[in-house]
Amino acid sequence: MAVAALTDLAVEVAPGVHWVGALDPHLRSFDIILKTANGTTYNAYVVRGENGVAVIDTVKEGFADDFFRRLESVARYEEITTIVLNHLEPDHSGALPELLRRAPQARVYLSTRAQMMLKALLKPSGEKPPEYTPVTTDDTVDLGGRTLRFLHTPYLHWPDTQCTYLEEDGMLFTGDIFGCHFCDERLFNERVGDFRFSFEYYYTHIMRPFRDYVLDALALIEPLDIRLIAPAHGPILRHMPRDYLHRYRELATPRLFNEARSEKTLLVFYLSAYGNTRRMAEAMAAGAESIPGVRVSLYDLEGGDAAIFTDLIEEADGLAFGSPTINGDAVKPIWDLLSSLTSVNIKGKLGAAFGSYGWSGEAVRLIEDRLRGLKLRVPVEGLRLKLVPDTDELEKCRSLGESLARHLTGRIEHRELDLAAIA
Amino acid sequence: MPKAKVTFEDVGVSVTVPAGTRLIEVSEKVGSGIIYGCREGECCTCLTKIVSGAENLAVPSILEDQVLKDNMAPRRHRLACQAQILGGEVVVRPA
Ligand code: FES
Ligand SMILES: [Fe+2]
Ligand SMILES: [Fe+2]
Repeated sequence: MAVAALTDLAVEVAPGVHWVGALDPHLRSFDIILKTANGTTYNAYVVRGENGVAVIDTVKEGFADDFFRRLESVARYEEITTIVLNHLEPDHSGALPELLRRAPQARVYLSTRAQMMLKALLKPSGEKPPEYTPVTTDDTVDLGGRTLRFLHTPYLHWPDTQCTYLEEDGMLFTGDIFGCHFCDERLFNERVGDFRFSFEYYYTHIMRPFRDYVLDALALIEPLDIRLIAPAHGPILRHMPRDYLHRYRELATPRLFNEARSEKTLLVFYLSAYGNTRRMAEAMAAGAESIPGVRVSLYDLEGGDAAIFTDLIEEADGLAFGSPTINGDAVKPIWDLLSSLTSVNIKGKLGAAFGSYGWSGEAVRLIEDRLRGLKLRVPVEGLRLKLVPDTDELEKCRSLGESLARHLTGRIEHRELDLAAIA
Repeated sequence: MPKAKVTFEDVGVSVTVPAGTRLIEVSEKVGSGIIYGCREGECCTCLTKIVSGAENLAVPSILEDQVLKDNMAPRRHRLACQAQILGGEVVVRPA
């Protein structure tokens, strides 16, 4: 197998900068949710200055031997002054406890949000936490002729994530950002096999839910002189590195101009066995439309699939789900859609549920609970109607729509309640 | 039992609650946009802006203080899963 041939030693990225990571060619799924058809790499780096040596990230615990062997080929432990942790997930911090034992004099630099995680990580080894400095954008470490500058880029894809910029060399160490699960011993992007799919797949599954944070990070990164991007997984991007910045920007930007940009958007999804839930959906939509500044779209879940709806939902302000109750539950396409929403950011969107039922009508409450679980806000109680809605009941649907629209536009009348009454 | 009043600005709801109630016990019931993760004061997901009446909340625990600090929370922000309403009136909104 080709990947086994890589040297055991560190690989030079630039004079005084080395890759000291590990290859994991046999991994087939990562973090349970991610497929990795040809494995992955855990990239760690060593940067040498005149006054000190910095280690940037480590590897997954089981690969510590590879990491230390490569590290030892370019630096002695007592030379290490600086350990930078761009991301504390175990695939990058697995060799950290041992590295701290071997280089106890080193000072650790991590983001402010990583401090609690560091303590939690070192808990099992029972040792006292190392000397560390929490850093944020524009904090620097001087290695002697070489400067590490930190960029605070949180939530990509954990709260603790940051990037580290080696100023003099125009190199950006990005942690998981711009990474992908692709294992190829040739290491550099202009040499490895075709990893484009892996790059986009990784973005979609890891970064897309944090799209707004991607845009914040790009705003910090794009103005820099970038000559090389060194991510924590997959190929090192030294050939046309800015292409990868552009691609992230494209991926994080909606494809079509949003015609409803100045308005709030409400998507009403429904499934209907006998047309009753559909009639409810239509009345709700009409009610919501009657409020200025709200644009409503109505979708029958039978006519689409989760992937398309996920794209729509990512852009919407409010979501309403209508389902009949069948055998005490909402119908499967609703659950399928709701379970596919982890790939986009839906936190804080407005949610609502409604549905017609034969005799019990559990679906509406169950959907509402799930929406809350997904961190949507559900300020308006859902509507359950028995079988065929009459004129009065359709009027209720209309006013549910109106009240959702008022919540979306912020035109709500003030209400006074007692906790005992809503418990 | 002494009563207090908490207002969630984002949904325009004021709720009368018994003194000692935590924000988390009310905010989800009224559908406020304050969202929760761990629910035990560690993750900072429930960061909430105290618009007024901050003095009517119990002072933050050492843990809450630390989490607010680690996450660079601005002044007058609290964790809704921790903050307890002691009396009077408090007005909050999602951070
Ligand atoms: S929900 Fe995690 S700190 Fe409050
Ligand atoms: Fe990660
Ligand atoms: Fe990773």
